[in-house]
Amino acid sequence: MNFAADFAGILLGGLAAGTVLFIVSVGLSVTMGLMGFVNLAHGAFAMFGGYIVVLAMNRAHFGFAVALALGFIATAALSVVLERFLYRRLYRAGELDQVLFTIGLIFIFIASMTIVVGPESQTLQLPPALGGQLNLGFIQYRTYSIFLIVVGFAIALGIWLTFERTRIGGQIRATVDNRRMAESLGINVDRLFTITFAFGSGMAAIGGGLGAEFLGLDPQYPLKYLVYFLIVVSVGGLGSVIGVYYAALILGVLDFVLTLYLPKGGTIFIYVLTILILLARPQGLFGRKEL
Amino acid sequence: MSRRIIAVLAAAAATAIAAGGATSQARAQDVKIGLILPYTGPGAELSPQMDKSIDLYQKLNAAQIKPYKFTIIKRDSKAPNGAAAKVDAQELLTQQKVDVLAGWIYSPDAIASAPVVTAGKRLAVIMNAGTAFITNLSPYFVRTSFTLWQSSYVMGEQAAKYMHAKTAVVAYTDYPPGKDALDAFKYAFEHNGGKVIDAIPAGGPGATPDFTPFFQRAKDEHPDVLFVFVPAGDQATAVVKTYAALGMRAAGTKLIGTGDIVPDNKLQGMGDLAVGLITVHHYNADLDNPQNKAFIAAWKKAYGADATPDFTSVGAYDGMAAIVHALHATKGKIDDGAAAVKSLLGWKFASPQGPIEIDPQTRDIIMNEYLDEVVKGADGKLHEKVLKTFAAVKDQCKVLAIGPCAPKK
Amino acid sequence: MSAAVSPAGEASVAAGIDNPAARVLMQRHRFRWWEALPWIAAIVSYFAFPDYLGFGTDLLVTILFALSLDLALGYAGIITLGHAAFFGAGAYTVGMLASYNIWTEPITSLLLAALAAAAIGVLSGLVLLRTKGLTLLMLTLCTMALLEQAANMAHAYTGGFDGLPSLPIAPVFGVFEFNPLYADTQYLFALGVLLVCFLFVRTLVYSPFGQSLTGIRENVLRMHAIGSPVRRRLIVCYAISAALAGIAGGLWAQTNAYVNLSTLGLDRAATVLIVLILGGYGRLYGAFIGAVVYLALEHFLAQIYPTAWQLGLGLLLVLIALFARNGILGLGETLWRRYRAKRTAP
Repeated sequence: MNFAADFAGILLGGLAAGTVLFIVSVGLSVTMGLMGFVNLAHGAFAMFGGYIVVLAMNRAHFGFAVALALGFIATAALSVVLERFLYRRLYRAGELDQVLFTIGLIFIFIASMTIVVGPESQTLQLPPALGGQLNLGFIQYRTYSIFLIVVGFAIALGIWLTFERTRIGGQIRATVDNRRMAESLGINVDRLFTITFAFGSGMAAIGGGLGAEFLGLDPQYPLKYLVYFLIVVSVGGLGSVIGVYYAALILGVLDFVLTLYLPKGGTIFIYVLTILILLARPQGLFGRKEL
Repeated sequence: MSRRIIAVLAAAAATAIAAGGATSQARAQDVKIGLILPYTGPGAELSPQMDKSIDLYQKLNAAQIKPYKFTIIKRDSKAPNGAAAKVDAQELLTQQKVDVLAGWIYSPDAIASAPVVTAGKRLAVIMNAGTAFITNLSPYFVRTSFTLWQSSYVMGEQAAKYMHAKTAVVAYTDYPPGKDALDAFKYAFEHNGGKVIDAIPAGGPGATPDFTPFFQRAKDEHPDVLFVFVPAGDQATAVVKTYAALGMRAAGTKLIGTGDIVPDNKLQGMGDLAVGLITVHHYNADLDNPQNKAFIAAWKKAYGADATPDFTSVGAYDGMAAIVHALHATKGKIDDGAAAVKSLLGWKFASPQGPIEIDPQTRDIIMNEYLDEVVKGADGKLHEKVLKTFAAVKDQCKVLAIGPCAPKK
Repeated sequence: MSAAVSPAGEASVAAGIDNPAARVLMQRHRFRWWEALPWIAAIVSYFAFPDYLGFGTDLLVTILFALSLDLALGYAGIITLGHAAFFGAGAYTVGMLASYNIWTEPITSLLLAALAAAAIGVLSGLVLLRTKGLTLLMLTLCTMALLEQAANMAHAYTGGFDGLPSLPIAPVFGVFEFNPLYADTQYLFALGVLLVCFLFVRTLVYSPFGQSLTGIRENVLRMHAIGSPVRRRLIVCYAISAALAGIAGGLWAQTNAYVNLSTLGLDRAATVLIVLILGGYGRLYGAFIGAVVYLALEHFLAQIYPTAWQLGLGLLLVLIALFARNGILGLGETLWRRYRAKRTAP
């Protein structure tokens, strides 16, 4: 068999699967790392945004890009409202109260979606340009997977550049390192939190919309995939965008390979990998080692 | 004077008797059905199809139900771990004192309810749960839905005979219905000259897995057919999309499966990717018989032109028909569970899915299976074309008494 | 719970103990009058709500499970999302022993369940308790998920997703049989097991061992500094917590005559965590209150609004999280303190 084609097939398959997880989870890593807030309801924002995207495309016949933008804006707006009125009260609370709050929020999201849209899953109708296969020369591969990989890379690069090169990125990094110091330097931490949270939730919405082709979209979404988001974030290291990117891709490829050759192993691989990595490096691949 | 008094007294007496008779008749008319379905949790998207079907049955068959009246008490079985379903069954029997139990989408829910059902001594109609051995767990269970053996066995046979396939790879969701589908397909396929070269467990019934690695593995093995079973719903769409995305048809592997991979309510959403898929199932919305035509027409009228029933709806519909039959056969004393079950043994019914019968030995359903192909109709929509019909298919797992259906030592 | 000297304190002075810290610790052991309330309520419910005993049994099992989690989470500060690993270990121990007709006596089966769960607790504790925070959370979750997958892969023995049905359970003390339709015996059996386990946990928590756990939770560096064997204490605590969770799991299998993969699932682990936080962790009775409120709402609200009860539940969780420090018990304490302050204010 064509080794290059086989290898490429595995690599692309794993990268695509990892990219989907990355795009949805990157917001969670930033909020958990920056705000120290255990936002388990992150998947609910992804679901909300995903629904906006899919419904905009299916019912209102908007284009894919427009629908994604709509999803980003709507979810970011919703998250700002929730952050201002609810999340803010719990910044100083213990982690367990945050867990309670966000789980309650998940239930509210699930029930609301079920009542408003209905319990059925929504199918994303891809624009024809993104369907079918792409001829890469030595291999024909699913166009949408390649699209995702490219978009995921662009997003990772974009976010990384923002963090490293822009002023607001510097402010965020400063606040993650030492909040009190950042405040005393005059950084408006409250406003920063709101902006970051909005951005993170908006990214979740993009992830929900882009990933709907693979992960589906139904009211149970926030609970179905919560474990995977947490795994990617903890293996990557809190607050590190690069960490989440690498973690998602590495886990995606490894899981793909192992599942391909040992399907009887079922879904244990991702758990085994996570345990091994976290035992070897508890702070995650790119996390900061705690004193 | 006295004649008038007698007349008045007689009239009063007559009224009293009539009123008393009417009250007792009113009491006999009310039949309580306890319906256990998952309204929240992972099964939440499946229960509306059954709820709607039950409502529609009562509307369409009001004449058959007379002089009785149904009161349906719904209970949420929540997550499919069986505990909530068991408590629901207990409470429906002891508090609401229902006359019949019905529902159960997930097999663990039905399995957990079995001891309660036996102790409660009421007819229990399984409207969906498909693991083969469930009906053995209680003598009060009557199933009107299906088992995976029925569709998969026929598919295995036809893959060899009709499609002339020599090799097959099976990809299945790693839980009992999936294993039943694998066992049944493999048994029938290999007894008809084929060979199953690989059996790939493809994730669990909860979150939709990425089917790419599983199908990639299958593709690399170059079978004539890839037989897939996944729970109907989201996973079916993902299966069809992944099959197309990997270019497996061009590589020479045909995708076949039970009807779960092309459920009627998801079919249109799959688009052109689904055209040409061959499946075996006991129901599809395009079946050409008078009952189904009426059923579909009524469904679309009640729920919208784009709405369609699916096999879970038919399971519920037939379940209601079974209850009505038992009701009349026992002359209203359906709360006598043993008599109700007895009245259903060998019961025949013209269902939208075709003629069905309840097997007197197993209390399971015997029905037609149809070999279908997805085609694009003149209206631009996808339809199922029936290639062959197989009448009176029994659950082979129990007939052959193999695997989990084998008698316990 | 306050440190003021009370008649009990005078008694201990009379007994020759004049160290105030020791006096406080001794007083904690004593039963307060209101501690009998949950048990009285449970017995009264038996007679008052004979139709709800199936629900009641589920409730008691959940209380025991939440109690076991409280020991690890509330007292030792081990934040875990994988406690269902022990619940499931206990459930499958009982389930497989019964299903293959090896052993069906209920009380000894529970002890075996406890042992199996404790063994897993010790093994996983040795490996995992080096970490903390999010890392520990994810490791416990992944360990539990791994066990769940392993149980599914061994479906020839465990029955997989459908589990092992119709478990034969011998009558309690050879006399009291479990009736599938009327859960009377199950309820009283579960209540008895819960009482025994609760007394054990209560004694443990107020013992020196329990105090050291609180020390570890509050300030682990200082505990190290005073030479307390922190790691050993944590593992012992984790193992005991696992054993109790195993008993709860075994009880679930017995009262349902059924065991399946859900006993090892994230749904179960997350629910018990929510129940405990809702009620108030680190307070023993938080488990009781949290379980009653959560399960009652889930059960009864679901009957009225089969599709939308989750909304009500979600609202409750959000409100408690926003306005109560440490769950319903915490809220109760805050209100009680405010009331007392008002009364004693000049």
